[in-house]
Amino acid sequence: MSEITTADYIAEAKRALNNPVLQSALTDLQNRFGRGTALAYRNLPEGPDLRLKAHDIRRKTIANLDIVLETLVANIRKNGGQVFFAHDADAALEYCLATARRHQVKLAVKGKSMVSEEIGLNTALIGAGIEVAETDLGEYIIQLAGERPSHIIAPAIHKSRKDIGSLFADKIKIPYTDDPPSLTRAARKALREKFLAADMGFSGCNIACAETGHIVTVSNEGNIRMSTTMPKVHVAIMGMERVAARLEDHDILLRLLCRGAAAQNMGTYVSYIGGPRYLQQVDGPDEFHLVILDNGRSRILADEEFREMLYCIRCAACLNVCPVYGKIGGHSYGHPYSGPVGAVVMPLLAGINRFKDLCQGETLCGACQDACPVNIDIPRLLLALRAKLADGDAGWQVSRASIPEKGIYTLWSWIVQNRRLYDFFLRLAGLGQIFLPKNKGMIRRLPPPMSGWTRGRDIQPVAGKSFVDRWRSGDFEKKKG
Amino acid sequence: MSDPNKTVTLFIQCLVDGIYPEVGEAMVRIFRKLGINLICPTKQTCCGQPAFNAGYRREAGVAAKRFIDIFEAADVIVCPSGSCVTMVRHHYPQLFEDDDSWLQRARQVAAKTYELTEYIVDVLGVEDLGAHYDGTITYHDSCHLLRNLRVKAQPRKLLSKISGAEFIEMNDADRCCGFGGSFSVKYADISAAMAADKVDNIIACGADTVVGCDMGCLMNIQGMLSRKGVDIKIMHIAQILAA
Repeated sequence: MSEITTADYIAEAKRALNNPVLQSALTDLQNRFGRGTALAYRNLPEGPDLRLKAHDIRRKTIANLDIVLETLVANIRKNGGQVFFAHDADAALEYCLATARRHQVKLAVKGKSMVSEEIGLNTALIGAGIEVAETDLGEYIIQLAGERPSHIIAPAIHKSRKDIGSLFADKIKIPYTDDPPSLTRAARKALREKFLAADMGFSGCNIACAETGHIVTVSNEGNIRMSTTMPKVHVAIMGMERVAARLEDHDILLRLLCRGAAAQNMGTYVSYIGGPRYLQQVDGPDEFHLVILDNGRSRILADEEFREMLYCIRCAACLNVCPVYGKIGGHSYGHPYSGPVGAVVMPLLAGINRFKDLCQGETLCGACQDACPVNIDIPRLLLALRAKLADGDAGWQVSRASIPEKGIYTLWSWIVQNRRLYDFFLRLAGLGQIFLPKNKGMIRRLPPPMSGWTRGRDIQPVAGKSFVDRWRSGDFEKKKG
Repeated sequence: MSDPNKTVTLFIQCLVDGIYPEVGEAMVRIFRKLGINLICPTKQTCCGQPAFNAGYRREAGVAAKRFIDIFEAADVIVCPSGSCVTMVRHHYPQLFEDDDSWLQRARQVAAKTYELTEYIVDVLGVEDLGAHYDGTITYHDSCHLLRNLRVKAQPRKLLSKISGAEFIEMNDADRCCGFGGSFSVKYADISAAMAADKVDNIIACGADTVVGCDMGCLMNIQGMLSRKGVDIKIMHIAQILAA
């Protein structure tokens, strides 16, 4: 796993809220992609319900994942590719490093890959003395800055063009400019040199196709195609769930992926890679390796309540509509998997207690599900995670997150069972609020544990007489009641 | 379509009961005007949603069973909150998925529980309640009402029939206001920032009154309007329709 900083969720979120550059970048991102994706679904030839069909495709594929993966692997091996099943991040890294050592790799280029972030590939390569160059423009910027991606598809969304201008002036020694085409040209020039010199290329895999034995990558810059064809060795890493059984299914998922990710009908460069180059082919790697990563996914697969999360194809459509992500940005989540997908997948992969703020720090508004190209019920999954935290769960090694909170809800469950007790507490609140500071009838400050509310807002006081009380005492005519 | 002459049993959201009883009173006036018989079980407290959303399913189950006991004899149950109806309609069956007899009772109650505007427009087939309001109104879509119950057109139809009022759509009307139940206290800064965005959109659209169908959201919006010193009124749709 790459470094995790989720313990600072609340503090990081606050920092993000106070960063005006980030705030306007997030608003622009969501206005552009969030709305664009909704429109792209509506304009699908099959109509927006294709998402529901895709959900069903994913459900069936995941239910038969063992057979689907076997088919994929058999077809890739038939094409001369090598396949490695990695139980965890360490096994995947070890395989990548061993392959690199065997070829005496000094420089590796990388196409954008979230799963490589998940296993911490860059750190491992650098630790082994191998230079690694990110080739996606956004990832390249992040790597130069020594930061981590803040969005699955738009990793450098938190940086302004002025930030990038200064960064390029400092790191690749070009005269300062904040003109995007000039910056892109400078990056392209620097990256071309890396592509030409690299001994090895890494990529992820958007969705593999078992029937044909391909991994498929999508990019808008062509960098993944360069990373996977120019070096002598190509290593692709995929989460074990990222596969479609048939080409027909793959087509549907790919079209939805591009709409979800960038509101495009199709990404600019889509590569179907099925193995190393054939002898007579000029381009392509001599060796093709596919690393299929488990790293906690089998455990999710085994639990019917959470299995649906494996339907995710990491398009980031949910980030582009999530109102929480839209305020706090990706870094607050403390891991490259951010937004609603991160809020479910990180607790499941790396510990529910450890990532409790991610699944509790969401409003359950449901915008994510409507944006999801495969219609994953993310709110249901967040609620299921919260249930684990509320009472603990031996199977998932979850301990009860808060004993005082459990106490409060236990007390609450007694109160709501007895209307007289309920009335008593309502009156108590009514009396207690007399002493609270007010402005024009609105309470300005609540005591703990409610004090958070009034840090930024006021609140209406409890009414002198409840509705039920008014009804009971016949305050209003109820001749028909 | 159920029979429009059925007696309506009032399911009063706890926020309405304790903090905004005038919303319940407005609901009573609307049904009286429509000539509908009303029952209000005075033993009712809370449907259990706060506990369920925080993960406390055992405690939510206690509230749910009590709710079913109290309400299952009703012809039809109507509530002025989309999120409470979501709890009963969608989450009760989830709570009792391993308990056949409760599951059956939960489903029966769920099938006759409606949100107020859904009941008026879809079941009663009424859009014009003869209401009058002098002002410019905008409407906030509450998340559970919109995405769990798919109620979007019904409140707008009702609002469009109010004489004297001008209706304006705000930008991002369907974006979460940041309430989220205990989220608003536990993650208060994020919640307040979202509420501030919502209020900015309300101000920008030029309305003098913001109408919603759920007091959770409206309480949040009202709190932010008040803190910012903005003179825009919040109203539950029942209040404006009863005006």
